[in-house]
Amino acid sequence: MSPLAELDGVGVRRPNALILRDVSLTLAPGEAVALFGANGSGKTTLLRVLATLTAPTSGAGRVLERTLGSPSVEEVRPRIGLVGHEPALFEALTLAENLRLVARLTGSGDPAGTAAGALEAVGLAGASGRLAADCSNGMRRRSDFARLLITRPDLLLLDEAHVGLDASASDLVERLVGATLAAGGAAVIVSHERERVAALTTRRLLLDDGTLGAA
Amino acid sequence: MSFWRQTAALVRAQTRSETRTGEVLLVVLPFGAAALFVIPMAVGADSALLQRVGPGLFWMVVLLFGIVVTQRRTAHPSGARSDLLRMLAVDPAARFTATAVVNWALLIAFEIVVGLVMIVLYDPVLTGWAWLVLVVPLSAAGLALVGTLAGSIADGAGVRTTLVPLLVLPVAIPLLLAAAQATEGLRLGTGILRWVLLLAITDLVLAIAGVLTARPLEESDS
Repeated sequence: MSPLAELDGVGVRRPNALILRDVSLTLAPGEAVALFGANGSGKTTLLRVLATLTAPTSGAGRVLERTLGSPSVEEVRPRIGLVGHEPALFEALTLAENLRLVARLTGSGDPAGTAAGALEAVGLAGASGRLAADCSNGMRRRSDFARLLITRPDLLLLDEAHVGLDASASDLVERLVGATLAAGGAAVIVSHERERVAALTTRRLLLDDGTLGAA
Repeated sequence: MSFWRQTAALVRAQTRSETRTGEVLLVVLPFGAAALFVIPMAVGADSALLQRVGPGLFWMVVLLFGIVVTQRRTAHPSGARSDLLRMLAVDPAARFTATAVVNWALLIAFEIVVGLVMIVLYDPVLTGWAWLVLVVPLSAAGLALVGTLAGSIADGAGVRTTLVPLLVLPVAIPLLLAAAQATEGLRLGTGILRWVLLLAITDLVLAIAGVLTARPLEESDS
């Protein structure tokens, strides 16, 4: 089986800083990797490279069989689930409207039903009519996870996965990762909660000032 | 998913957001109307003069406040929301088109309300009012397109507040000149077809430029 992602000596340089240095990483199907590192070590940038949103400035890589930096990456982006620090919600829309928009844009035949089902699955059925702007951080994070239930990604990228989540929502992360791996996907989870993530993952890596090594 | 379905989904979401918050119209519209209200106080009760300058002042208000409308509206979604649309493989041209369409609708509403205020305050004499059915939407489309395009360029450069007016003004002035000349033609009873055509051609050029540059501008923003 071909790897879901392969990075070979990838570097990302910004005008005043080298964010990633010579990063090599292979993600096989069914593999979950925990990514640790201090603030500013390059974890978010590495996730963005894997999400195809940031093109490497040196080295090469492939994600879901598309070469990083090529226009063809756009074709596989819907198969990648990225949850970042900031919930990806439109503030003036309700949670249900946000998810209906996602469902429409992913071609769902029944956006309302799909959104309602996803919100129910993450325990937000009762808050579906609430504006995103009026939701707590935890609810917004749950809503982000509900989006992943709609898009069902092959490659799951979770940045600070457990921040702002209560125990039941943390279980949700575990269920999402488990379902992705069971379907032959892979996951990269950035978290500062080492023990919690250790149970979910098959490999632990450490980013130190842009350089990747074993944790 | 097709370009048009993506565009329709985004128009629907943006319209819902706008009607819910009223951010643009409720904030900008009263100031536009107030600007038209203040000018007669400065000029005095010279009704002949007001009749003559009314349409020109109307277009000046539309230009100035239109820039504010497009600047507020074309603020791209923040990092996470923009990333979301990219991860869902939404065509950047669909994003451009949706934003321009919603801007267009808002500017038409703005022009209609401010236009009614102008008619009440300035009592302009216009023949061939039917032409306004073309002039108002075409001028609004031009401003919406140039504002949306400038917003995309400014986002890439990371200097939105200062850059958008600088980018919009040079293109907006010919648009507004054409619109003002068209209404002046209506006042004098002369032909305005060439001005309407100029508006339509400018809109078409801006639409093509916006759609073609949407993808490279989005990628440069990453």
